[in-house]
Parts: sequence; C-alpha cells; structure tokens
Amino acid sequence: MTTDAAPSRTADARLAALTLRLGDDALVLGQRLCQWITRAPTIEEDLALSNIALDLIGQARMLYTFTGRLDATGRDEDDFAFARGDREFTNALLTELPNGDFGATIARQLAYSHYAVLYYQALGGCADPDLAAFGQRAAKEVAFHRLYADTWTERLGLGTAESARRMQRGLNDVWPYTAELFDEDDVARDLAAAGVAPAAAALRPAWERAMTESVTRAGLRVPAPGWHGRGGRAGLHTEDFASLIAELQSVRRQFPGGTW
Amino acid sequence: MSAGTRPARPVREIRALVEALPDPELPTITLGDLGVIVAVAEGPDGVPEVAVTPTYLGCPALSSIVASIEDTLAAAGHPDGRVRQVLSPPWTSDRITPAGRAKLAAQGIAPPGPVRREGPVVIPLAAVPCPYCGSRATRPHSPFGPSRCQSVLRCTACHELFPHLTAL
Repeated sequence: MTTDAAPSRTADARLAALTLRLGDDALVLGQRLCQWITRAPTIEEDLALSNIALDLIGQARMLYTFTGRLDATGRDEDDFAFARGDREFTNALLTELPNGDFGATIARQLAYSHYAVLYYQALGGCADPDLAAFGQRAAKEVAFHRLYADTWTERLGLGTAESARRMQRGLNDVWPYTAELFDEDDVARDLAAAGVAPAAAALRPAWERAMTESVTRAGLRVPAPGWHGRGGRAGLHTEDFASLIAELQSVRRQFPGGTW
Repeated sequence: MSAGTRPARPVREIRALVEALPDPELPTITLGDLGVIVAVAEGPDGVPEVAVTPTYLGCPALSSIVASIEDTLAAAGHPDGRVRQVLSPPWTSDRITPAGRAKLAAQGIAPPGPVRREGPVVIPLAAVPCPYCGSRATRPHSPFGPSRCQSVLRCTACHELFPHLTAL
C-alpha cells in the first residue's frame, strides 16, 4: 500500500536525515520488541509488547515514506527497511540494545517512550504541516507506551526483592545509552535553528524530571551519570546489531523482488 | 470503463457507500461510525478520491480498509478511484459517532470517554462503566486487547473482563 500522507515536495536533505533517524529508531526498537513474541511472561505482556512494536513499525513506515520523498531518491518504505546495510542505519544505540530480561526491556522502553513523547509533542507544533500532523498522532501512541513502561517500572520496583533488583539493573544498563537521544549534530542544530524541528537537547531537562519521577515512584535509584555510548547516529552500532538486521532482511534477501 | 458496467455513480452518492463499509476488526460498526473517512471528493482529474485518516499508524486493518474502499469505488463505476491516507486531521476516539458508540456498547465493548484536548497526553483508563452491570468500579486489566484500538478492563462489581475502545 502506498501512503499519500506526504505530498510530493522539494528535496530537503537535512529533513530527510531527520525523518530517517526517527524512522530507524522506531523500526529497530519495534524489531527488538518483536523478538519477545511467544516468549513474554504472560499472554497480556506478549500482546502488549507486540502491539507496541506494531505502533513503532507503523510510525517507521510513515517516516520512511517521508524520507523517500525528501531525499529525492524515490525509495519506498521497504527499500529503507530491507535494502540498506547495517552501517546505513542511524538509530540511537538505545533502541538496538538486546532485550535482556523483562526488566531490561521495560527500562529501555521507559527511557525511549519518555523521550519520544516529548519529541513528538514538540514536533506536533513544528512549521512543516506533514511532520506536525505526524508528530501529533505519534505522540498519542507513544504516550500509551509510556504509560505501560511507567506501570511496569513501578510494579517491578515495588514488587519482590528480585523484581526490584532486576528493574534497577535494567535501568543501570540502559542509562549510558540515553545521552545519545539528546545529542545534536549539524543536521539537528540546523533544523532546530530554522525552527523546522525540535531541539532534542532542550528536551533533556524535562526527560530527566519525568524519568526521575517514574523511577523514584518505583522505589528505585536514578543511575549516576557515567560513560556514554554513542555512534548510532553515524551508523556505528553495537555488536548485536548486524544479526538483528540480518534477521529482519533475511526473507527479502532470499527472495529478492518477491511479493505475497 | 468497459462495456457492460453500470454508469458511474456521482461522488455525492459514493460517500454514503464508503461510510457504510464495515470495519474489518469490529464488523458491527462502519467506517463512517468509526470516523476514519475524512473526505470524498472529485480529484483535479475528475476521479473520486477518498481521504482516510488511520486510527493507529500501524493499524493492521488499514490495508484491508483501503482495499474495500477501492472495491466499492470500482463497483460504483470508478475503477480508477483513489484512496489517500491523510494524517490531518489526526484520528482520535472522539471521531466515533454516537451511533458507533451505541453499537460498540451493544456488542459489550465499552465506548471511549472524551479525550482531553489540551496539555500533555493522558490516557483515561479509570471509571469506565462496565457494559454488563454499569458499575464504574472498573480497573485496567491489560492496556492492549483484541485489536490495536482496544484495551481490557475488569469490573470489580460483577467480576467480568470486558474490552474497551481506548480513548486516545
């Protein structure tokens, strides 16, 4: 199916780079969540994680469609998902971290969804009408994911000693990868200066407040600032990433041009 | 248009046909009831165009909704009719018509309450009336349910689990 949400428009390489990043974040995290299917602790959680993945992959499809029109290559959503090498993906490292246990998955979702709500709410007020409409819609979806992550953080944090220990460990493990969400390179700075897209760095204090509130409510500790993992935006990924992408693209590689 | 097809129906009649199509996941309610049909108009080339706003960006029913609209356009004498997916206005559960809400309730699916329009996004999952006994002493059970737009709640009065079309 083609989506005509974005009318054809003049090429804009910077905006294309931005929509590609957002799309890569959503697709990669969605793909990670798909790895839980049939393995989640209960049927409700299986349904929840796969539904969150469904939303994220739906957002990625729309963002890739935008990107193909903005970068003047004429690529469609499938080209971006299936016809790029792992070094061409520009997602933040946080989104590709392995699932670990349920606590680690919830910690990763908590960090991402708190950031994504703030980002998409800001995008909803941007000057570009298509991106603004997308931001308004996506903000509602990720707010629902945030509610889910908040609820489980609290439940695990205030649960048993073991659940609290694992939730805390999950937070500690993902924390070094959260800074990259707010990094700004030339692309992000130019777009923010032109008022086209939100300045991610400016969202950080609000993100830290919201995360602190959520973690504290769960009786857990906000991890101390330490080292930061970076590189995803430049296509430099963690060791587990290549196999994730290989799996995502395996059918397309086995049956090039196949349709069903 | 090949010989033997009926004459093409005017655009003003097509809207009613499209709005009467059933939702693939909630077949008792129509696309019109759901509020996903934004506009039915003639495009610049005189071909009818239907603009659809998706309930959720990843809604798996979307492609079958689009296909059923295309089939309806073809059956109405417009095989070249187009379906466009638009993001503005964004779909919200407030777009569900009163008739749609009544049909949901009759089916045992608690209809959504109003969505708060200002300020940060909040998800109201509290005090949704139970479709079985009417009690408001209901609690969230699972934020995700039988379809992407539904969650599952539990009634503490009659102990039934029931689906709820999430207000979003």
